Amino acid sequence: MEAITTNGITLRRTVAAAQGETALRAMGERIAGALGPAVTDWTIAHGELSVTVQGSDIVYALTYLRDDPACAFRCFIDICGVDYPQRARRFDVVYHLLSLRHNMRVRVKVQTDAATPVPSAIPVFPAANWYERETYDLYGILFSGHPDLRRLLTDYGFEGHPLRKDFPLTGFVEVRYDQDEARVVYEPVKLTQEFRNFDFLSPWEGTDYVLPGDEKTSS
Amino acid sequence: MTEHNIRNFSINFGPQHPAAHGVLRLVLELDGEVVERVDPHIGLLHRGTEKLIEHKTYLQATPYFDRLDYVAPMNQEHAFCLAIEKLAGIEVPRRAQLIRTLFCEIGRLLSHLLNVTTQAMDVGALTPPLWGFEEREKLMIFYERASGARLHANYFRPGGVHQDLPPALIDDIEAFCDPFLQVVDDLDNLVMANRIFKQRNVDIGIVSVDEAMAWGFSGVMVRGSGIPWDLRKSQPYEAYEEMEFDIPVGKNGDTYDRQVIRMEEMRESVKIMKQCCTKLREPAGQGPIASLDGKFAPPPRREMKRSMEALIHHFKLYTEGFHVPEGEVYAAVEAPKGEFGVYLVSDGTNKPYRCKIRAPGFAHLQAMDWMCRGHLLADVSCVLGTLDIVFGEVDR
Repeated sequence: MEAITTNGITLRRTVAAAQGETALRAMGERIAGALGPAVTDWTIAHGELSVTVQGSDIVYALTYLRDDPACAFRCFIDICGVDYPQRARRFDVVYHLLSLRHNMRVRVKVQTDAATPVPSAIPVFPAANWYERETYDLYGILFSGHPDLRRLLTDYGFEGHPLRKDFPLTGFVEVRYDQDEARVVYEPVKLTQEFRNFDFLSPWEGTDYVLPGDEKTSS
Repeated sequence: MTEHNIRNFSINFGPQHPAAHGVLRLVLELDGEVVERVDPHIGLLHRGTEKLIEHKTYLQATPYFDRLDYVAPMNQEHAFCLAIEKLAGIEVPRRAQLIRTLFCEIGRLLSHLLNVTTQAMDVGALTPPLWGFEEREKLMIFYERASGARLHANYFRPGGVHQDLPPALIDDIEAFCDPFLQVVDDLDNLVMANRIFKQRNVDIGIVSVDEAMAWGFSGVMVRGSGIPWDLRKSQPYEAYEEMEFDIPVGKNGDTYDRQVIRMEEMRESVKIMKQCCTKLREPAGQGPIASLDGKFAPPPRREMKRSMEALIHHFKLYTEGFHVPEGEVYAAVEAPKGEFGVYLVSDGTNKPYRCKIRAPGFAHLQAMDWMCRGHLLADVSCVLGTLDIVFGEVDR
């Protein structure tokens, strides 16, 4: 760590990438050692530390990360979900924290599925409130102990969880203003043209599907 | 005396309200004129940006970032480009770094000018926005001359920037700097020294250090509370390491401090812009404006006419797009409103698997409830103004 002074106030920052790597490794080992079986895995990639934690231990892990003076990840950054439909526990809940004291970031990941709730992080970081509501809204991930798990971003009365991989990009419902009824009406989506999603992947590398028409050549 | 049945009064603030800075619906519970509870309803501008990005190639996804915080578009693109570059390990040439730094600071001016002056309008002043918008207009012309668009620039590309700056533009940006400082001084005299502005802003919406951290605040919102934290200094990216500038820090954590910091930051931004202009003219500042790796950045047009390889690269980049190695990164920039981060998960194909946009305004708006409690109804718009909310990025 190197100190730089601005306005007479000292800011710390990590100097070289190599030193950052050792600092991250030390931090990872420390967290894994202190949390014990709660941590299932930790990795360092692209100069970032990510720790995978048991879902039931997330509040304990976040409290440790916030309160331990060697970690001091007191700054809340983000909570979001990621969907991997092919997995048994399809969702990742990803927490990002920042330590101003050590100028370091950490990513904490928890795996869950649509039925298993994750304990809410609100007791540790009050800011988790909206982030958890958003994650619930977009992925349908449940958070136990959340005081007010309403939808946040989608429309009033919206159904489904739009960021799931099996939710179509066009959605199911479209709205328009109806002149006769003098109100906005909801109707099922009507596409005038079939929805086309080009992936532009090279057929020689990267695709794992049969191009339309190719099935004729093999038979 | 008979006992009256007193009950709290609920009102809707917005979604169409001039001081709501966009489409925000606040359900306010009032006890007389004192705010008891605030329930912000957001999502009226939700466009499903993150879902759309998952269905586009990386290059097609960049313009969505302009539409997040549409007050300072290039700063948003920057975070996305940094995330891609980090994941793919692309080096950005020095000239591109300088151009990016320059335009990030122009974005900061755009945003702070809008915020400071419209916040003044929220508390009753009418002239400041007129003065501020005049300067914004000039800055938007710089945007246009660099990228071709006043607002939705799509100028920062993974690996560099899209086009080089013409020398005349660098001269004009430099010529803009000093007169602009005079305008900042004028605004300072007009707004910051104003008695009514002080009456409305001092000791309103106080944020303590602990609150700022626990509620995920960033940018001016933490600096206002006295935390000297700025990603440009603490985790420098692009050319910020070699720039000389100071980080203004507040004392009281109230609305007035934050507005003063924004004014001060504009002066610091001008300092950085001047340094960028000088460095862009030096021999060390010459060179390519995008990565020379043909697999990531398109070749210059003149090369395409002569080189078969360049033509193939161009074709592949604009149809298939580049592939980003599997992995996940979080890249953050110090956007004018705070820490703007992109959490990018790639599965090795030409489209992002997941792109979470961490907008500073989202965390700030969430704090409306406890920041407004006990304040008067009139202070709601004042606090909302100081949070620096733009609905493009809050609703995504």
